[in-house]
Parts: sequence; structure tokens; C-alpha cells
Amino acid sequence: MTYSPLNLGRLLVWGGFALILLIAPLIFTKGASLSILSLIGTLMIFGLSYNMLLGQGGMLSFGHAVYSGLGAFFVVHTMNSTGIGAAIPITLMPLVGGLAGMFFGVLFGYVTTKKAGTTFAMITLGLVELVFASSLMFPGFFGGEGGVTTNRVRGDAFFGITYGPQIQVYYLIAAWLFVSTIAMFAFTQTPLGRIVNAVRDNPERVEFIGYNTQWVRYLTLILSAFFAGISGALGTINFEIVSAENVSAIRSGAVLLFVFIGGIGFFFGPLLGAVVGVFFSVMLSDHTPAWQLYLGLFFILLVRFAPAGLASLILMLVRVASFGKFGRIWKPLTGVCVAAIVGLAGFVAAVEMLYHLTLNAANGTVMSLFGQQVDTKAAMPWLMVLVVLMVSYGLYRLFKPVYYAAWSEVNAEITAKLRGSMA
Amino acid sequence: MTNLSNSLALELKDVRKSFGKSEIIRGASLSLAKGERLAVIGPNGAGKSTLFNLVSGRFGISGGDICLNGTSISGLKPFEINRLGLARSFQISNLFENLSVYENLRCAVLWSMGYKYSFWQRLGGLRDAHQRAEEVLEQIGLQRQRKVIAGVLTYAEQRALEIGITIAGGADVILLDEPTAGMSRSESDAAVELIRKVTVGKSLVMVEHDMSVVFGLADKIAVLVYGEVIACDTPANIRSNAAVQAAYLGHEATEEHA
Repeated sequence: MTYSPLNLGRLLVWGGFALILLIAPLIFTKGASLSILSLIGTLMIFGLSYNMLLGQGGMLSFGHAVYSGLGAFFVVHTMNSTGIGAAIPITLMPLVGGLAGMFFGVLFGYVTTKKAGTTFAMITLGLVELVFASSLMFPGFFGGEGGVTTNRVRGDAFFGITYGPQIQVYYLIAAWLFVSTIAMFAFTQTPLGRIVNAVRDNPERVEFIGYNTQWVRYLTLILSAFFAGISGALGTINFEIVSAENVSAIRSGAVLLFVFIGGIGFFFGPLLGAVVGVFFSVMLSDHTPAWQLYLGLFFILLVRFAPAGLASLILMLVRVASFGKFGRIWKPLTGVCVAAIVGLAGFVAAVEMLYHLTLNAANGTVMSLFGQQVDTKAAMPWLMVLVVLMVSYGLYRLFKPVYYAAWSEVNAEITAKLRGSMA
Repeated sequence: MTNLSNSLALELKDVRKSFGKSEIIRGASLSLAKGERLAVIGPNGAGKSTLFNLVSGRFGISGGDICLNGTSISGLKPFEINRLGLARSFQISNLFENLSVYENLRCAVLWSMGYKYSFWQRLGGLRDAHQRAEEVLEQIGLQRQRKVIAGVLTYAEQRALEIGITIAGGADVILLDEPTAGMSRSESDAAVELIRKVTVGKSLVMVEHDMSVVFGLADKIAVLVYGEVIACDTPANIRSNAAVQAAYLGHEATEEHA
């Protein structure tokens, strides 16, 4: 970005973001929506902090949960303490988590950021296993298998805020999300934020323009750990429990997966990734034991067809639309989408019937699928699935070439136009 | 330090470098006066690029000493040497491929302007860094490509940006590693003009194969053969140096005059 003072566009984006955060609980009012929104908010901060490493610094970390998790443990003990911790209001607990995360960033980061690339990735993997193992070795601090519980409602109400009702927790998370997002975006517009991009692209050359790449990585990791700690603290306030799972490789892998799905090359990618992540791991897991299979397949398809993530998919469509060429692609695009949805329905039916047969057959072979009673042992449903899948494949073969042709033509025109305006 | 070495921008004293058992640089000695333009020539495998890597701190030396402005820089890391006022370019363009041309240059000026690891200042507000980046952008003639991602520039543009990044930080000793390699005649002429323009008042060392570039730019020529500097003199004297002709130049010089 070149030199530009505060502009209207930026104000609109941030204003829109604040507005969405404010009115989201008014739009999604069903049972668990508030908890889900709270979870998404927490995961967004975690994802954005992770992307400071991966997207902006090219540091593939397998152990980012160490910082959010240890932040969470410090917060849970601060909340439970009767000493000085009791004086800190819940509203400011994320700061405690952030500072704790930062402290461990200073401590562990010094070791992990000595090297970049594969070495960095392997050391973080070792680190997360180390912390996870010590969580079982020190039950006094980590609470052993059961974890450490706390109570977020304590002391007197402050202007009627007790953090008893979930809506108050949501707004606490939303406020911290908003502030953290602005802070992390601001980071991308600072000298260090830009040099870490340079370190990502070409660490060797950075050494020849005066920068110690190790310091650049180290400082970035410390700042990233601060925001990870904030998300850990918010998770603690939300769930009122922290366990060893919070510092695990599984948690670290999940954030990598979700951030990648959202798009590591874009600042707002992790925001999308968090929504998708919660959709799969919280909402879908309520309905089907096969959610991990769906998540895995979704991930593979995304990496195959949109390796730069959902954010890139959206931006490419926006680009086509902003050049007024959306009219030329929407018909074949709809065709491809219909083919995909039909295929998805067939695939889901097959997977669900298979799961029912293997896991749930003791309760009879009949299951409810898309509102129908289906006998998974009969031939008919399987034949129908086959037909649906074949129809989907046929539609895909029909629309794909048309869509590809239209897509590449439109994009070639846009590229030519851009080049023309530059010359 | 004596007065003599203080007037030297760069001094190599019996520098040695071995990789395993093979000694690539075998006691190379060189000196570069302030404001001088020196070209290092020599047959393939003579150790020219290795010499650059030693001076810029990419590799550590195995023996001898290297002094920059009278201070020893042996054993220092590349970024430490750069902070002391030495910048280098690379034979194969070494850019920040996903950043725009402008951002490449702005990154290259940040340290020298004292912004270091700052995460409390807005890049957009740093007028001096912006102005310096613009200045270099104009010097290397890439204003039109300012927003283009460095990875998709044409070859000649990448070479120009390579030089731009090298000089942007304002170092007073510049090392250019084959700045015109792979260029057409006209591109190469433009590159020579560019180098002449951006190194005014600076000390320059360049490795170059193209003899017209060498004789056009250099005040002095050092001939490196098998890891030793066999001669270091003015272009005219180098032309007539029998040892040089025997070892290296004679063959090509006759070709050129043919």
C-alpha cells in the first residue's frame, strides 16, 4: 500500500465490521447461536494471530496453541486466585492472557525462531509435544485430566455487567476481537510488519539490507503470541474451563487448517476460516459423526481448486464483478454449483448410510435421511445415490468446459485492461 | 590504523577460503580507494563470486583479513556488514518476489533510515522512507512498474530492481555481481549508464564478464585466477600486462579486436 491518509473506504470497512459484530446476536437468535458466535470470535483472534506467522512471515508453526493455551491457564488461575488476581476485572482478563502468551513467546520463540522453514516447523512440533507432556506432569498447574475450572461471575456487577448471561460474554469477545483485529492490521502497516513479509519472500536478501532475520521472526512471534494469549483468555471466560487440550498439537493443527481454508495470503482470510472451522467442528459435529471426513474432503477440494483459500475465491469473483463482467460467467457458474450441490447430496447420503450401517446398525437398519425414512440394507437407496452421483457428474462435465472458457476469457480481458491502463 | 588504510574503502589482506579440502581463494589481496570503481575479472571458476560472498559476509573466511573503511569485518554477519556501509547485488536476481517494486525499495531503505524493527510507526507516515524509495524508483527507471509484483517483472527490470535494492540503503561501498549478465547489448548499455549514475561518489567493486562494460566503467581492474589476484591496475596497464594476457585476457582480447 502506498502513502495514504485515513480514507473513506477504510473507515467503511471497519465501520461495517463493527456493525456486523454489534448486530450479529440480533440476527442469529436461535438456541446456541450466542455460544457459536462467541466461539467464532475467539477463533478469529487466534487465526489472525496465527496468520501473522504463516501468512505474513512464512513461519509454518505446528505449535501455536502453546501460546493461547498457556495464556488460558494463567487466566484461569488469575480468575481463581484470591490475591491480586481478584482485583483484576474480567473485562481486562484478556490482557493477562495476552501478557502470559507474550511471556512464553519471549521464552520459547527465542529457540524456535533461530531457524526458518522446515527446521522452524519441526521445532514448534517438538515444543507443542513438550508443553502437552508437561501438562500431564504438573497436574497442580494444569489440572490433570479434568483441567481447571473457574467461575466468570464474581464480585459486584459493574454497570449491570456480571458476565453471567452469554450475551455479555459475546460482547466482551466482540470488543476484544475488534480491537485485536485493528491492532493486527495496523501491525501489517509498520516497518516490522513489512520486513517480515520480506523475510517470508527472501530471508537471505533481508540480511543484506541490514536486518537480522532471526530478530524479525522473533519479534513477530512475540507479538503474535500476545494475541494468541488474548484468544486463550476469551476462550477461558467463555467456557470457564481450561484443560491440556488447550495446549495440544490438535488445537495447533486445527488453527493451521482453518487459517489455510480462509486464505493465508489475505489479512481477512482467518476471519472466514474461523467461521468455516466452527461450522464444521461445532455445528456439523452435532449432526453427524462423519464431520471430520467432510472437513478433510472440503480441505482437499479447496487446496486442489482454490489453493489460496476462500478469500481468494471471493476476491476473484469480486474482481470479475467490479469490471462488470459477472453477467458473462454467472450462468455457467450456477451450472457448476448445481452440479456440485447435487453431487454433495449424493455423497452425503452415501456417507451417512455407510456410517449408519457400521456404527448404528444395532438400532435397526432404518435411518432418517433428508427427512425420509431410509432402509440402509435395501438396494433402492444405494441405487438412487448412484443415479444422483452420475447426474451430478454429467452436469459437471456439461458445465465445466463452458465455465472454464468463460472464466479464462473474462480474466484475460481484465489482465489486458489492467496492463493497458498502466502503460 | 595508519592513514593509508583510512583512505581505503575496502582492503583484502591475504584472504583465504577453503571448502573442505579444496582451497578456492588462495591468499587474495586487494585494495579499493574511496570513490574508486574496481572491476574483478577472471576465468570461470576463478572464485570471483566466492570473493564477493566473503566480503559481504555470506561465507566466513578461512584466513586473512577484510577491512571496510579501516575496520576489520571478518567474522561479521551480512546484516552487520551492511550496517557498516557495504551493500551487494546478486548474480541471480534476489528480490522480494511477492512485494511490489515500490515495497521492495522501501524495505531496502528502512534500516538505514533508523526505523529498524519498529512496530509502533505507520509505514505510510514515514515521509523520508517514502521519498527515498521514490528517488531510487526514478533512478532505476521503474516508476511505471511501481505497483507490479517483483516476481513478474521482465528480466532487465528485475536486474534494475536488484541494483535499486542494493543502492537504496545509501551504503558507500557497493558490490555488484555480474550486473549485466544475460542482457542484450542495448540493455547492457542502459545498465552501464544506470550503474554510473547511481554510484557517483561511492566506491564500487563489480564482477563482470562483459569486457566492454569493464573497460567502460572501471578505474581499475583486478584479475583473479585460481583464487589469487595476479594483477590489479588501470585498464590500460592490464591490457598490456603479459601475465594477464597469458592467463586470461589475451585470448578474449584478440577475439574482441577481430
